[in-house]
Amino acid sequence: MSEFLIKNGYVYDPSQGINGERHDIAVKDGKIVESASSGATVIDAKDKAVMAGALEIHAHIAGPKVNVGRWYRPEDKLFHSYKRGESTRIEGGFSIPTVFKTGYEYARMGYTFAMEAAMPPLYARHVHEEIHDTPIIDEAALPVIGNNWFMMEYIKNNEIENNAAYVAWLLRQTKGYGIKIVNPGGTEAWAWGLNCLTIHDPVPYFDITPAEIITGLIQTNEFLGLPHSVHIHQNSLGLPGNYTVTLDTLKLAEGHTAKNRFGRKQVMHSTHLQFHSYGGDNWGNFESKAREVMDYVNRQENITIDTGNVTLDETTTMTADGPFEHHLHGLNHLKWANVDVELETAAGVVPYIYSPNIKVCGIQWAIGLELALFSKDPMRTFITTDHPNAGPFTRYPRIVTWLMSKKARDDQIKAFKYSDKVVDATEVASIDRELTLYEIAAMTRAGPAAALGLSQNYGGLAPGMNADIAIYNFNDETTDPAAIEKAYGNVAFLFKDGKICVRDGVIVDPGMKHTFWVDVKVKENKQVMHDVREKFLKYYSVNEGNYLVPESYAPHQHVIALDATQ
Amino acid sequence: MNTVTLTVKQQPEIILEADCITPDSFAGKTAAEIEKLPVYQGKQNCTLGDYFKVAGKAGSTPAETQIIVNGDCSRVKYIGMKMSAGEVVVNSSTDMYTGGWMKGGKLVVNGNVHSFCGLGMEGGEFIINGNAGNFLGASYRGDWRGMQGGLIRVKGNVGSDIGTFMNGGEMIIEGNADIHIATHAEGGRIVIKGNVNRRIGGQMVKGEVIVFGTVNVMMPGFHYNQDVELTVDGVTAMFQEYNGDLGERHPKRKGEPVYGKLYLKK
Repeated sequence: MSEFLIKNGYVYDPSQGINGERHDIAVKDGKIVESASSGATVIDAKDKAVMAGALEIHAHIAGPKVNVGRWYRPEDKLFHSYKRGESTRIEGGFSIPTVFKTGYEYARMGYTFAMEAAMPPLYARHVHEEIHDTPIIDEAALPVIGNNWFMMEYIKNNEIENNAAYVAWLLRQTKGYGIKIVNPGGTEAWAWGLNCLTIHDPVPYFDITPAEIITGLIQTNEFLGLPHSVHIHQNSLGLPGNYTVTLDTLKLAEGHTAKNRFGRKQVMHSTHLQFHSYGGDNWGNFESKAREVMDYVNRQENITIDTGNVTLDETTTMTADGPFEHHLHGLNHLKWANVDVELETAAGVVPYIYSPNIKVCGIQWAIGLELALFSKDPMRTFITTDHPNAGPFTRYPRIVTWLMSKKARDDQIKAFKYSDKVVDATEVASIDRELTLYEIAAMTRAGPAAALGLSQNYGGLAPGMNADIAIYNFNDETTDPAAIEKAYGNVAFLFKDGKICVRDGVIVDPGMKHTFWVDVKVKENKQVMHDVREKFLKYYSVNEGNYLVPESYAPHQHVIALDATQ
Repeated sequence: MNTVTLTVKQQPEIILEADCITPDSFAGKTAAEIEKLPVYQGKQNCTLGDYFKVAGKAGSTPAETQIIVNGDCSRVKYIGMKMSAGEVVVNSSTDMYTGGWMKGGKLVVNGNVHSFCGLGMEGGEFIINGNAGNFLGASYRGDWRGMQGGLIRVKGNVGSDIGTFMNGGEMIIEGNADIHIATHAEGGRIVIKGNVNRRIGGQMVKGEVIVFGTVNVMMPGFHYNQDVELTVDGVTAMFQEYNGDLGERHPKRKGEPVYGKLYLKK
C-alpha cells in the first residue's frame, strides 16, 4: 500500500490534546505511523485543518423504515437526483438519500464511520444489505431491544444474566453492535393502541415500567462489557414539557459504572436530546429547557448525549417510536406509514417541514444549538441531526457553522418570521460562545469514538491508529460563515484506511468499507436457548434458521470479540 | 418583447426531455447560445440545437421573452417547466409534464397535452386549446402539493385524476372529465362545463368543484346542503350545493366546520 506524508497542516486531535498545532502526519499501510520514508507522497496541508475521520453516532441510513421512506416519498427524489463525475453512481434523494449518496455525502464531509441507530432484529438482513451497498464509510447497526418480549420477561423477573445471554445471542444473530432502546415500553404499548409517556407508566400485559427496562438494560450492557453503552431514545419524545421525563430518565444512570475494556466511561447515551428538552405544556407556551437538561448532563459524568439539531428543511421523520409518528400525523396531516415488527418493535414514518415561518420550528432549532453551546464537555456532547428526523445529515456543515459563528446564528434568528417569540422562548440569542475547531473535533471525532468504544483505533491521529483522516480548507482564523460551511462540506482530502477516497470534494475511490459488530461469548445458557426455540415455534413468522444474518449479507466484517464468561 | 422561434428539425428517437424550453432559461441568450442548452434522451445528454432550429433572440429578462414552437412536439416533455414569466406558444400537441411547476407567465398549447401537465402549478396562465390527459394540475406522485395557484383552461376534454391534492388556483374544463376529480383537494376551484363520469371530491377537505353537465354517479360522502346562485366564468345560474367529503377530517374556521363544496347546475 502507499505511503503519505501530510505536511504543514494545523492538527486538531482532542484524543491527544493537540489543538491546532502544526504537525506532520505520516501514513503507511492504512495506519498512522511515526514517520514516513523519503518515497512517501507528500500532501501539502498548508493553512488547512487536519482531523481524524468523523464518526456519526446516530443516523437512520439503512434498513426497512428508511426504505419505507424512500418508496413512499418519490417526491423526495424529484429534482434531487444527479450523477457527479465518472467514478460515482447516480445519487438521489434529499432527506432519504440512496445508499450511494449516503456514502458519498458522509465522505465529502470528512466522515468515515456511521452508526445505523435502529435495526429491527427481524429485518437485520435488509439493514446489512443496505450497509453493504453504502460506499466508503464503515458502519455498524444497533438492534432495537427496548420493547423486546424476551427482554421484558427476563428483566421483569430480574434475570439479568439470562437477559445478557439473550442480548449476546441477538447481537450474533443480527450482526449488531449494542443495545438501542426506543421509547422503552411505549412501542409495545402502541401495539395495544397505548403509549408510555413517563418512565413509570406500566407496559400493558408485561406489567413492567420503562424505568425498570432502562435500568435492566444498563445492567445487562455492563454485565456484557459491550464497547458502547445503552443508547436511548427516551419516552415522551417531541411533546411540550417532556424535559422532566428526560431528567427522570437521565437520573437512572446514577450509581452505575461503566465496565468494559474499551475505555468507555458512560453508561447511558441519550440520543437526539433536542426532542427531549421541551418546556411549556402546549405548543403555545412551548419553550426551551436546554439549560436545565444540560446543567444535569454537565454534572453527571457517566452520560453522553447527541443533539438532534433541527436544520429547517423539509424532511422525513422515521422512528421505532410508533405512537409518536401517529401523533405527528395528527398534527400535520401528511402521509403516515406504520409497521409492526412482531415480538420486537414497530416503526412509523411521516414527512415533516421544519419551516422558519413557524414559531415552534424556530424554537426547536434554537434548542438543538443550545445543547451544544451549554455543554461543558465536548467529549460527551455529539453533533447529530438524528438523520433524517430533525434534518438530513448533509446539513452538518451548516450546523457546524451555526455553532462556530454567532453571526451565522444571529442571521438565522433575524430570518425567522417570529424572531421575537423564538428569542423569548429560548436563550440562543444571548449566547456568545463560538465553538472552536478543537471543540468541533471533540464533538465529531474523539468524543463519539470514545462513546462507541472505538477510541483505540478511531477518532484520533496518534501513530498506530487507523489512517482515517479528513483535511479541510479552513482553520481557526476562518470566520466567514459561508467559507466554514463550504469547507466542511467539501473536504480537501479524505483518507479512509490510508487511501485517498475524496479529493477537493470529489469522490476518487469507492474505498473498502467494513461492517462492525460485537461478538460476545457468554456461558452456555439452556434456559435462554429453550426460550428462543419456544418463541420461534409459537410466535415468530419465520424459522430460527432464517433469522440469522449470514456472512453473505455482511461481507467485510470487523468483529469485536468479547468474553463475558468470567 | 423579443421572440425566439423554435422549429422541430428532427424527431427524437425516444421521448425528448426539454425542460429548458422556458423564457427563464432563454432570457439574455442569443440563438447560438440557446441551441447549446441541454436536453435529454434517456440517459444521453444532447442539446436543443440537435432537434430544433432556433431563430431570433431572447429578451434580457424572462418577462421580455416570447417563445414560439413549431413542428410536431408530441414527443417532447417538460415544455414550460418552472417558467416564471414571459410567454410560450406551442403550435402542436405536447407530451407529459408540460407547464409543470409553472410559477408565472403564459403558456399556450395549440393542440393536446399528455398526462401530468400543470403539476404543482403555482401561478400564471396555462391555456390548452385541445384535450388534456390524466393528472392535470395534480401533485407529483407521492407529493401533497398539487396545483397551488394560477389558471388552467382546457378547450376540450380531460382524462382522470385532475386536481389531485389541489390546494389553490382555478381549473376550467370546457369539455368533459373522466373519474377522480379533486381527490384529496384542500383548496382551489375546478369548473367543468361538460359532464363528469364519477368520483368527484374523494377525501376532499376544502375547495370547490362546479359541474355544469351531468354526473354519472355521486360520491356517498357528499350531502346536499342548499341551492345557491353563482356566477361562474361569466355565466350566472342556480346550483345545488353539496358538502363533503364527510368521511374526511373537517378543519374549523371561526368555529364552523369547513367542507369541500360540490356545485351541480340545476
